[in-house]
Amino acid sequence: MALLEASDIVAGYGQTEILHGVSVTVDAGEMVTIIGPNGCGKSTLMKAIVGLVRAWSGSVKFQGVEISSYPPERIVRTRLCYVPQSSNVFPTLSIRENLEMGAFTRRDDYRGRINEMFELFPDLARESGRKAGTLSGGQRQMLAIARAMMIDPVLLLLDEPSAGLSPAMMGTVFQRIKEVNQTGVAMLLVEQNARDALQMSNRGYILVAGENRLEDTGQDLLSNPEVAQLYLRG
Amino acid sequence: MTTLQSAAKRIGIAWTPMYTAVAVVVAALVIGLLPGVKMSLVVNGIFLGAIIALGAIGLTLIFGILNFANVAHGDYMTIGAYAALFIVGSLLPQVGIEGKGLGPFTFGYPLLIALPLAVAVVALMAVALDIAIYRRLRERGVNNVVLAMASLGLAIALRGLVQMIWSGDVQRLPRETRKFYQWPMDVRVPPDAIFIMIVAIILVVAVYLVLTRTRMGKAMRATADNPNLALVSGIDTRRVIWSTWIMGAALAATAGILLAVFQAQLLPVMGWRFLIPLFAAVILGGIGNPYGALVGAFIIGVTSEVSTQWINPSYKPAVAFAIMIAVLLVRPRGIFGGGR
Repeated sequence: MALLEASDIVAGYGQTEILHGVSVTVDAGEMVTIIGPNGCGKSTLMKAIVGLVRAWSGSVKFQGVEISSYPPERIVRTRLCYVPQSSNVFPTLSIRENLEMGAFTRRDDYRGRINEMFELFPDLARESGRKAGTLSGGQRQMLAIARAMMIDPVLLLLDEPSAGLSPAMMGTVFQRIKEVNQTGVAMLLVEQNARDALQMSNRGYILVAGENRLEDTGQDLLSNPEVAQLYLRG
Repeated sequence: MTTLQSAAKRIGIAWTPMYTAVAVVVAALVIGLLPGVKMSLVVNGIFLGAIIALGAIGLTLIFGILNFANVAHGDYMTIGAYAALFIVGSLLPQVGIEGKGLGPFTFGYPLLIALPLAVAVVALMAVALDIAIYRRLRERGVNNVVLAMASLGLAIALRGLVQMIWSGDVQRLPRETRKFYQWPMDVRVPPDAIFIMIVAIILVVAVYLVLTRTRMGKAMRATADNPNLALVSGIDTRRVIWSTWIMGAALAATAGILLAVFQAQLLPVMGWRFLIPLFAAVILGGIGNPYGALVGAFIIGVTSEVSTQWINPSYKPAVAFAIMIAVLLVRPRGIFGGGR
């Protein structure tokens, strides 16, 4: 049984249908990347899975439980966490307070977890009292991931973690993502930076105009000439 | 403020936003020393600023977290004042609790009993009105203009209710005339003003501690920053919204009672008239920024009082309004740059 099984998702905003029946699965501990042209519905799919956008039809099963009717704050309690692409930190809260908000659903003592996050992201530990709004793009991305990690997620959804970062910073963020995945956290990634993302992924999906186009292992997608020509520019 | 912050860091003080408010009050007093400026007006403005601050902090929190301008906020103040009047004037005498002229103050100890009771009544009312009106509108996904219009309707309805029960005539809390303190520079201070200042300071510190030290307070700030991220972090936004109403309404009710004490009278329009200084303070400090609202309140309080030296006092709201417009034109996000 797959860890996450989103099948035939139809969703959109207002009258506009964006996803016309998309299906994605993620197995335990896997890293899966979704690529595709702008506006193909990658972010909408993420939002539909975490409950920020209500799917019009289709099902989302997480660890065998149907969660498509859950509100977002309940989905977090199933240990499925989401990092949005932009505005993914609380700017007027300090680094430490951002992490505390990530742990909002935890009733136990999570101070140990905060220290673990500081070990994983040493950049954040040095200035834990600093307001998140004053951080650089890379630090902000690390904080956003660390916030989502506070509840010990089983699956992490990352929407374009490399967006707007310098190439060097991008490398560091990808390195951290790989490390987090190696601790057993399954990942579903949406990336513009398709080549780097597919390289470290077990599997990948190509989404075009709100429909599944291709699904294969990361390596095979990379070596597929059609994929290379159409979706792996640069 | 950033220069103040870095200057404070250099001499080794951790600058908290609270000090900015203290700095503004000190600056106002220094201005009062200037020849041609009446110190008595500055001091009066500081007391008025403390009352504005209580209303404005609640208003800005509601603005930041629920994302609409609660036009009924002034009328929550009115309800608070009249609830206290009812408790002190009608309810407590029934059980033999009566009195006025406690120590140097005009009011008696029954007001100290009535204050928390009236605050609780208004806080409950705010939550009930949210469930009855605002939550339904939110669930229908209406935009924030509709919410503001709904609060305008509610403001008029609440004022009408007060007028129906207590009439439009001036009402007074049971009071005993007291001598003013005579301070240097021709400053005359009613002892009640000291009480007002102490209550305001206690509440502002309490709000600061709630927002920075408690889980729900931090969740309120997080929701004001980014409501969607708050949702996907697992923050229970329903409880955040209720906490915001309870806090905002409690502060408004206290402000209303203190205003009734300060002005020595109650009128159904007292809170409605207070709305412009409240919004001016909120906008000055940046919408959603409680510390900004605190600072803005003192600036509005002092400037509108001092302006009466040259302008007819009945134009006080116009002065507050002019400051608000000027700030909106120059710095649309307020002098401290709030959330939105």
